[in-house]
Amino acid sequence: MATDDGIPVAEDSRLGRAHSVGLVETRAFTFAEPPEELELECGQRLGPITLVYETYGELSPARDNAILILHALSGDAHVAGYHTPEDRKPGWWDICVGPGKPFDTTKYFVICSNIVGGCKGSTGPSSTNPATGKPYGLEFPVVTVSDMVRAQKRLIDHLGIERLLSMVGGSMGGFQVLEWVVRYPERVASAMAIATTARLSTQGIAFNEVGRQAIMADPNWMGGNYYAKAAPRAGLAIARMIGHITYLSDTQMHAKFGRRLQDRESVGYDFKTDFQVESYLRYQGDSFVRRFDANSYLYISKAMDYFDLAERYGSLVQAFERVRAEFLVLSFTSDWLFPTYQSKEIVKALKANGVPTTFLEIPSAYGHDAFLLPNDRLADTVTGFLANVQRRVRARAGKDTKE
Amino acid sequence: MIFSRRGRPTKLRLDYELIESLVPDGAKVLDLGCGDGQLLSDLIEHKRCVGRGIEIDETAVLECVRRGVPVYHGDMLEGMSFYRDGEFDVTILSQTLQQVMKPPEAIREMLRVGRRAIISFPNFGHWSVRLGLLWTGRMPRTALLPYHWFNTPNVHLCTIKDFRAFCNREKLARVREIFLTPGQWRIGPWLANWRAGLAIFQVQRAGREE
Repeated sequence: MATDDGIPVAEDSRLGRAHSVGLVETRAFTFAEPPEELELECGQRLGPITLVYETYGELSPARDNAILILHALSGDAHVAGYHTPEDRKPGWWDICVGPGKPFDTTKYFVICSNIVGGCKGSTGPSSTNPATGKPYGLEFPVVTVSDMVRAQKRLIDHLGIERLLSMVGGSMGGFQVLEWVVRYPERVASAMAIATTARLSTQGIAFNEVGRQAIMADPNWMGGNYYAKAAPRAGLAIARMIGHITYLSDTQMHAKFGRRLQDRESVGYDFKTDFQVESYLRYQGDSFVRRFDANSYLYISKAMDYFDLAERYGSLVQAFERVRAEFLVLSFTSDWLFPTYQSKEIVKALKANGVPTTFLEIPSAYGHDAFLLPNDRLADTVTGFLANVQRRVRARAGKDTKE
Repeated sequence: MIFSRRGRPTKLRLDYELIESLVPDGAKVLDLGCGDGQLLSDLIEHKRCVGRGIEIDETAVLECVRRGVPVYHGDMLEGMSFYRDGEFDVTILSQTLQQVMKPPEAIREMLRVGRRAIISFPNFGHWSVRLGLLWTGRMPRTALLPYHWFNTPNVHLCTIKDFRAFCNREKLARVREIFLTPGQWRIGPWLANWRAGLAIFQVQRAGREE
């Protein structure tokens, strides 16, 4: 859920552009070649699967400093740095990933992969179906968060990492974090779940459904079969507009736009853009359709809807029974899409299993998007948490060697 | 300022050392209102304890994270409700009792999630408090109780006698009582309710085996 809503960051501040990882490149890993396709949760098989990913920093000789970043609905593998010197904007979490930043690339080996079902290079509905030679469209099987994570695990195997030092995700990235620690407990030493939940709320499903209906109501959508023709831009833009409102807060919208008018002195008594907030949402919608595929939006939002760890394991407490990772759970005061009570449910179930868990509710006016924006509290908490995890992991490894 | 619960100095103070001495090696400890996590981090380091904290102040929580102490940011009753019965060997309420909204509930919860509780609090029966009120006719403001009546966070101050009566009422066995003067000298039980600035009680449910 990267937005263009960022508060300005001074270039030379610790979160700024001056502390950049510099030029980076996206790589691809392909696996699950037929007949070894990945069996998906829905029962269908998918293969071959390509995941695109980026890495930053160096993997230590002991391979004990790897951190996996899991992106949200509209994110991609490009977390930090620039692809070309001409790039206007860096990766979506450049403020947090780089030398001296919370995910310090001089200390940690940071990995981010684009999810399966996405449209940023990994296999998804816009990829070519090897069976037909045409884009999958709706023939692409419905993928779940658990499918995304099982695919990522193959990538981590491929990179030769036995145990991740940590993993982090906000929003839907947090779903993947929770899925990872439950599914592969022995592969993760610590985990950070930010502004997230163990099951999408009714309200969350409701907003996702409005987004999907907007896309499917667009005449250009044509049952998902639009790749050779015009994309359902209007529908996807509306989906993004409604999504974007849920990522902000009432306070923040008021502070940013108030009731100010856009390019006119008084209201126009017509249906052109009157208010700045309208213009802003239209801009968000328009810029989103240039970089995102409507079918991917359908698939990924559906995967979010289906996510419910409690249902799958009987209860959240039972779901976390096997968890070995120590946890940092963070929420933001003004986040009404993934409110604090949902983070507390995670904390409660982790504590019931004796998992060392730190929980902090960070004050912010920026709503759900707060996790993507510069925030000293967030930066300091992540920095402190990671330093201690690394110290403990290395101390334990040292002890094992002596024994 | 020995009664301020935040900004605990890094130098070990006597009351900290005494609380630490009451905690067995390797115990599982919950510190309520753990502040910056100093006590827990010492217990983890010196006594190989498993430590958990609950703290409402967000800046202090950040300090706990820096120290590597797992902490829950929020209300202590809510935070304790997440734990199972008997999860901890020891629960600690260090110089925080007087700021707790519902002391009986808090102490009952402490003895639900933990087998024994260590509770320290400023003694409102200290002679300087008594004489202060008597001579000046105004709410006591001393080195022990530095706040004005209108901005004090201390909503439930008590004396040592009060606390003993409270233990009887709640059917709590007082296993240990330790008293310190405001100058951090350890003293015996003689006239403790006049002389002690700080009391440390170790309590458990009456009739329970140690």
